[in-house]
Amino acid sequence: MSVVDLNKETAVGHDSHGHHDEHEHHELNFIRKYIFSEDHKVIGKQFLITGLLWAVIGGALSMIFRLQLGLPEASLGWLKPILGHWITSDNKLDPEFYLAAVTMHGTIMVFFVLTAGLSGTFSNFLIPLQIGARDMASGFMNMLSYWFFFVSSVIMFFSLFIETGPAGGGWVIYPPLSALPQAIPGSGLGMTLWLVSMALFIISSLLGGINYITTVINLRTKGMTFDRLPLTIWAFFLTAIIGVLSFPVLFAAALLLIFDRSFGTSFYLSDIYIGGQALDHVGGSPILFQHLFWFLGHPEVYIVLLPALGITSEIISTNSRKPIFGYKAMIGSMIGITFLSFIVWAHHMFVTGMNPFLGSIFMFLTLIIAVPSAVKAFNYITTLWKGNIIFTPAMLFSIGLVSVFITGGVTGIILGNAALDIQLHDTYFVVAHFHLVMGSASFFGFMAGVYHWFPKMFGKMLDEKLGYIHFWLTFAGVYLVFFPMHYQGITGFPRRYYSYTAYEMFGGAYQDLAFFISIAAFITFAGQFIFGFNFFYSIFKGRPATLNPWNSNTLEWTTPIHPEHGNWPGEIPTVYRWAYDYSKPGAEEDFIPQHIPLTETLSSNLPHETDALNGIKITPTH
Amino acid sequence: MSTKNELTLNKVESPLSMHPKKFALWIFIVTVIMLFAAWTSGYIVRKAEGNWLNFELPYMMYYSTAVLLLSSVTMHWAYVSAKRDNLDSIKIALLVTSFLGLMFLVFQIFSFNELVSNNVWFGGKKSNPSGSFLYVLSGMHGLHIVGGIVFLLITLFFASKKEIHAKNTLLIEMCTTFWHFLDGLWLYLFLFLLLNR
Ligand code: HEM
Ligand SMILES: [Cu+2]
Repeated sequence: MSVVDLNKETAVGHDSHGHHDEHEHHELNFIRKYIFSEDHKVIGKQFLITGLLWAVIGGALSMIFRLQLGLPEASLGWLKPILGHWITSDNKLDPEFYLAAVTMHGTIMVFFVLTAGLSGTFSNFLIPLQIGARDMASGFMNMLSYWFFFVSSVIMFFSLFIETGPAGGGWVIYPPLSALPQAIPGSGLGMTLWLVSMALFIISSLLGGINYITTVINLRTKGMTFDRLPLTIWAFFLTAIIGVLSFPVLFAAALLLIFDRSFGTSFYLSDIYIGGQALDHVGGSPILFQHLFWFLGHPEVYIVLLPALGITSEIISTNSRKPIFGYKAMIGSMIGITFLSFIVWAHHMFVTGMNPFLGSIFMFLTLIIAVPSAVKAFNYITTLWKGNIIFTPAMLFSIGLVSVFITGGVTGIILGNAALDIQLHDTYFVVAHFHLVMGSASFFGFMAGVYHWFPKMFGKMLDEKLGYIHFWLTFAGVYLVFFPMHYQGITGFPRRYYSYTAYEMFGGAYQDLAFFISIAAFITFAGQFIFGFNFFYSIFKGRPATLNPWNSNTLEWTTPIHPEHGNWPGEIPTVYRWAYDYSKPGAEEDFIPQHIPLTETLSSNLPHETDALNGIKITPTH
Repeated sequence: MSTKNELTLNKVESPLSMHPKKFALWIFIVTVIMLFAAWTSGYIVRKAEGNWLNFELPYMMYYSTAVLLLSSVTMHWAYVSAKRDNLDSIKIALLVTSFLGLMFLVFQIFSFNELVSNNVWFGGKKSNPSGSFLYVLSGMHGLHIVGGIVFLLITLFFASKKEIHAKNTLLIEMCTTFWHFLDGLWLYLFLFLLLNR
């Protein structure tokens, strides 16, 4: 086995058939530097920009269906220039397009924004910088990962514009709805493109995930042991492990669906009659698809959430000027969540007629997840407790995350009870649950990360005032939008319905609520453009960043303001301590970065650190 | 920055590490395992629901299995030759292994023919998931074998440029790992299919 020289540019240099020529990256042309780049920082930014563009599209789709839900009587003729034939002749939204919009909104937000946008951006950008590596284990694979994502994006985007419309069977694409073009128009070409796009997407995330895991395990700098890793890295690492174990299963499920759709097999289809005519498909099981899908689907929600939790740990500790409370407990609960996320999937299937005994086992396992989740929530709060809190926009978004995570998590416990879920399944209650605990929490983590690491990414600062406005609008917004949905759900309004004639039965009372939600959603969406402006304006005209603007401990702040490919101009720093030495008693400043040796901090060393030093004869080096 | 002295004084440990490429290959193998784990568990779930066509595995598959097992032996021969700097036999062994891999694929196609003549179809009116699963499992494994053969040929290419020898075994080690894995994967699938008729 060959040994990796951590101080060298190419840990992959031994390889004879590699596509690398990393020694020659000094004078790269524009294309190699910004487009087909192998620099993890550039790739991270590519994911970021693409993810943000997707967020705008995904958000815009939700505006369209909120118009329909909140103002069902409105005349939507003015949308004709954008939506074309999806606005019917009496100026209404086409019901088929409503379904497609909901489907694409879900797909885009879950996969393209909060998986690729979030993990892609921050795992790429931060892993090498925070563990002290020159780059990812394989820059080439990393580049491929982005370009697979890009092609997948292009295909998904294209599918929005085809004649029969994009996929319309919901982001979970349950067959037979998604398998038969006779069922809805979206299950024709739109669904084919969806499947092709997602297959490429899965390849992209596997390439990324393999790289993240390999990098974290093999390329840490000297002294960066696992018990000194920042929690961000722990989170990205475990996220990658979940992805590598669960995405292949989605691939397996999708491939069987492709065979059913195009090759006449019957994995998921059976006994279907269309116009009195039996289809050829015999013997399939639609429940099998649900099992396979949710085996990915549930871990996927943690793929979306864990990076946001990791980012939050880092930001809350830095801006409370306190060590993170329960570092080991944080790691333990993340490992617990990772493990448990694979054995709870059937809580999405309580109403499929599963054996009630099996249901109670899944209920039990599901409720156990509340334990590590609660440990994390308590640890954030105890870290904040009596901290010297600095309310940067990033900090506000992190605290906001803790808030929505708790609010949404509590309803998870309700849904996890099979008996309650039979009433609540597929109602707005579920929509409220996951938009708070997953949608909002991860989005807040995403935003927190952008506000916090923007200086490292672009060498500029984001405007704080605009950041505050953005935060308060978003924070109030998500509660105003999603909280009322609990009530709609408890009343029994199903999700994914084009219109609710039952509102009349309730004397129209719930129509007011739907109207209210829609108005709140429009304002929240509009508020995001404040961020958009701030982001692009600051890249060019922002205040120049300082080296370590948040007085943070992690290694990325030891690089130059504009790090080149390779990150550190000289040697990579060695690590002597964990990442959370904030406000250490006896220290001169309220932070001690990870690369400061214990010999330089004699006054603040803890007893075991002093012992460790005294164990060896001291020969002063400074 | 950090002198050696300071490193020992502050108890700096170097993190454990393996060659990153080799490590990445192992993780890739894990993803393939998950892929087939999904299908074989789908198979069990679906079978439990009844309406399951029972049929014998094609006779030809016993031969293809034997061929694939033999190819693992020749693969090992290539690996040992590399360790012993036996440049010529590396090439021969890799060539034989690729040939056996190809032969495996041909035998698999023969066994598909055998299935069809026994009225076991992949899709369409006459198909049953029990047959479709067999085609998917062996077909997807076959695709991975194609990938494995490409890997073998790349290794062969570098071996012929004399770039694989006792001091540079990374590539052939990875190739060996992957090929043995594909072999083991087929053994698993074959036994699984035999036992879950
Ligand atoms: C205390 C922990 C949690 C429990 C007990 C829980 C439980 C559940 C249950 C039982 C459902 C199914 C509801 C139904 O369809 O009838 C559900 C749906 C969902 N949960 Fe959670 N959950 C928890 C935390 C989370 C977290 C942390 C996330 C994401 C980060 C999340 C994301 C989702 C999503 C996306 C859905 C809906 C999927 C869909 O049908 O489209 N949940 N949850
Ligand atoms: Cu779940």
